[in-house]
Amino acid sequence: MLTFIGMGLYDEKDISIKGYEKVKEADEVYIEFYTSKLVGTTRERLEEFFGREIVELRREDLEDRSRELVEKARHKDIVLLIPGDVAVATTHSSIMLEARQKGVDIQLIHGASIVSAVCGLTGLHNYRFGKSATVAYPYGKTVSRTPIRVILDNWSINAHTLLYLDLHPEPMTIAKAVEILKKADDDKMLKDAYAVGLARAGSEKPVVRCDRLYELPEHDFGDPLYIMVVLAKKLHITEYEFLSAFANAPHELSLSVE
Amino acid sequence: MTRAKKMVDKIKDLMWKPDKIRNMGIIAHIDHGKTTLSDNLLAGAGMISEELAGQQLYLDFDEQEQERGITINAANVSMVHEYGGEEYLINLIDTPGHVDFGGDVTRAMRAVDGVIVVVDAVEGVMPQTETVLRQALRENVKPVLFVNKVDRLIKELELGPEEMQNKLIKVIGEVNKLIKALRPEKYDKWKVDVANGSVAFGSALYKWAVSVPSMKETGVGFKEVYDYLKADNARELAKKTPLHRVVLDMVIKHLPSPIEAQKERIPVIWKGDATSNEGQAMVKCDPNGPIALMITKIVSDPHAGEVAVGRLYSGTLKPGLELFLIDRKTKNRVQTIGLFMGPRRVEVPEIPAGNIVAVVGLKDAVAGSTCSNLENFVPFESIKHISEPVVTMAIEAKNPRDLPKLIEVLRKLAKEDPTLQVTLNEETGEHLMSGMGELHLEVRVERIRRDFGIDVVTSPPIVVFRETVTSTSPVVEGKSPNKHNRFYITVEPLPQEVIRKFKEGEVDMKMDKKERRRILEEAGLAKEEAAGIQEYYEGNVFCDVTKGIQYLNETMELILEGFREAMRAGPLAREPMMGVKVKLVDCKLHEDAVHRGPAQVIPAVRSAIFAAVLQAQPTLLEPYQKVFITVPQDMLGNVTKEIQGRRGQILEMRTEGDMVTVVAKAPVKEMFGFAGAIRSATSGKALWSVEHAGFEPIPQGLLENFVMEVRKRKGLKLELPKPEDFVG
Ligand SMILES: Nc1nc2c(ncn2[C@@H]2O[C@H](COP(=O)(O)OP(=O)(O)OP(=O)(O)O)[C@@H](O)[C@H]2O)c(=O)[nH]1
Ligand SMILES: [Mg+2]
Repeated sequence: MLTFIGMGLYDEKDISIKGYEKVKEADEVYIEFYTSKLVGTTRERLEEFFGREIVELRREDLEDRSRELVEKARHKDIVLLIPGDVAVATTHSSIMLEARQKGVDIQLIHGASIVSAVCGLTGLHNYRFGKSATVAYPYGKTVSRTPIRVILDNWSINAHTLLYLDLHPEPMTIAKAVEILKKADDDKMLKDAYAVGLARAGSEKPVVRCDRLYELPEHDFGDPLYIMVVLAKKLHITEYEFLSAFANAPHELSLSVE
Repeated sequence: MTRAKKMVDKIKDLMWKPDKIRNMGIIAHIDHGKTTLSDNLLAGAGMISEELAGQQLYLDFDEQEQERGITINAANVSMVHEYGGEEYLINLIDTPGHVDFGGDVTRAMRAVDGVIVVVDAVEGVMPQTETVLRQALRENVKPVLFVNKVDRLIKELELGPEEMQNKLIKVIGEVNKLIKALRPEKYDKWKVDVANGSVAFGSALYKWAVSVPSMKETGVGFKEVYDYLKADNARELAKKTPLHRVVLDMVIKHLPSPIEAQKERIPVIWKGDATSNEGQAMVKCDPNGPIALMITKIVSDPHAGEVAVGRLYSGTLKPGLELFLIDRKTKNRVQTIGLFMGPRRVEVPEIPAGNIVAVVGLKDAVAGSTCSNLENFVPFESIKHISEPVVTMAIEAKNPRDLPKLIEVLRKLAKEDPTLQVTLNEETGEHLMSGMGELHLEVRVERIRRDFGIDVVTSPPIVVFRETVTSTSPVVEGKSPNKHNRFYITVEPLPQEVIRKFKEGEVDMKMDKKERRRILEEAGLAKEEAAGIQEYYEGNVFCDVTKGIQYLNETMELILEGFREAMRAGPLAREPMMGVKVKLVDCKLHEDAVHRGPAQVIPAVRSAIFAAVLQAQPTLLEPYQKVFITVPQDMLGNVTKEIQGRRGQILEMRTEGDMVTVVAKAPVKEMFGFAGAIRSATSGKALWSVEHAGFEPIPQGLLENFVMEVRKRKGLKLELPKPEDFVG
């Protein structure tokens, strides 16, 4: 059996009781910090917390050598710990698919996901989000325009855009993400956009700030991880009220309320 | 005032008058007398003493040059010459003739505006004459001709006056044939012509020369030359019609000044906007323009350290200036600047455009760097040297403690000599030096021992093969590790003509798209391939023939990185690939850029290419050499035996008197140690030289042998790889 357990947002204590018990009784426990991170803890702290050995898997282990993991689970009880919720990242669904094709049983134990946490921290309505995108570090001279395209698509249906920020080689800051977007934004399509920047969701002191997208770098967000939302062109009155109460939204934003 | 002091003042004065400057090189086949000529021009112009010149080739001052009797390093010198009542500054670069050091010749051509082509009257135009002349013409450098060793015609071949003249006319005809073939559009202006004085004849060794203009002045013509030589009175002849005067007069009259030359050369060597401020400044050789300096050589000076030598096309250099090294993406401060006086470097406070300068302080510069005070200066066209490294050798420090020092020295050598490649073999941890030939590597190793005092051990030389394909592969699917991206790729042989056009610079990726498409179609690419070409890399191309795939242009840079990685080391034996056309026929990409990053795309593309190559009848190419051996007739048998024992093939035999010249072709792999073998087979009587002759397929029966030989050396698995090893 291969069990995927979502660890939640921030530290070792975000796991569900169901997940905790499963970790205690499994034959072998693995964790990956490739698709996301748990910045409030470390592998060592987790080992101490669960009182057992936890082995970290790297990208190659998850992608190139996924077979080994699946084969191990054929006769043993294997747990893979995942920051956030399971199977939001496609890496995990690929492994599940592979397990199913090879006849190995799988089980999912869910954890809190950043996708829902963002709604809670910003007051933005969950049903008003469109497609999401990732702001990736540029390779050579190529800056990906995909996030811009996605934002524009979402605008056309009056939807918000959740922007994940690249984690490799290091978690991207909001300032860096805005700089990259600016570079890709040849036609200045985003110059009037409003956005929310979030840091350390799930911790005791998350930071949530709403401002013009290109002004976000002026705010101090503190330590990682970060995530962003580019707002739809029109806001629901309650969305605006929440952002002004919890995210220092500027006054002009009220003009977007429909 | 001492003579030297006076000379410095003259040079300092003349450097400001670009119409009174000639920057020129001396080029020729090996041993045709370049260095002897340079030495005697220097002596004649009073820059070095008569005794120093000639005898012990002053300009071949390097210990190894003296021992081997050949030039290894191009040498910069300068001299002052009076012509028509005016003084001129002549900056001269003596270049090496051995093919292994051809890179030095190519680079020197960037610094000069004209060349003296030297041809041995007895040997005539040789292959290396053609190679170096081609390098000069490609750079838009104008030639004049000096037919040397005319004394040999009379003394050794015992020709009569008429035969002598016929022989000389033949040499001129051959040189003109080359100019016409290589630069037809320039031929009318650039052909060498006895009547107008762009040809001179003489003897560099005995210090005399004649030309039509000199004959008119001195009254010494061919008949007189013949008589003097017959009477063994070359001394008198040299007094009547001295080498340096005749040759330098020719240079001043027929080679262009920087002012004339830069007008035409800048568009050839610089592709920036000609109407820009810097473009105009270079065309005009303007000392008040922005700095435009191209480094053509790095020399190690025992006192100053590394000195960067190059050509200043615009602006005025001064110590203290901050220059951007455009290609290196960094900046350095100029410490001191100098000109050459005779063979020595003299520091001066400033140097204007049009001169060849020596700069201390540009510590990050390499041969080929572009330097300017403008940060966004468009770099000069890279200096193309046509031959690729063919020989490699492992090198290690005898004493492991010397390893850091060895690494530093290897880095330094690679900076001085771009034709030398230094790599670390990841599999075995040893350092590899690859170069143009056995001699090239031998000389560099010797330099590490002597000049840097490191005791090193080296492996015997090994040839560098190329991997290629001989048929078309099926479409191969390469998956990224996360399986979200799929690349559908085929490989097939690339037409030779396409490679040639890229190498010769007739087509490149910067030119107008339509024009490129036309040329490539003509060279044998299909329409969609010519339109979709994305990259040329070391004799291979990548074509994108897909249509309308989303995100592909965002991903192309990564795909090309995967392509280049595959081309740098192929699947058979991790040797470089050559002559392969890689086609992307379809692909599927993840929408989000993080799921199609370097770790995903590069390995997927590389593996797909490898699997495709293995299904397209891959084989190895090996480098060949052409060998020219001249021996007395009775030793012909020994020579042919030596050639045939090396998988060689005799192409031609020419007899002249009782000497015979054998032209043969053999794989470089079999030619190691040929120098020693031919010496003992002919008791040292053979005169010989080699030329690169490109790559050819190995005999099919030897494929597995050779592949395993290389795999073993590199510590790879000792079995032939299969497509399934890379995809599946
Ligand atoms: N008889 C005769 N011998 C000459 C003449 N000029 C040069 N030599 C001889 O030719 C040989 C080669 O001369 P170099 O000046 O070293 O030739 P090079 O072209 O500089 O040679 P590399 O730099 O090695 O290509 C020497 O032995 C010279 O003495 C000449 O005019 N007459
Ligand atoms: Mg020489």
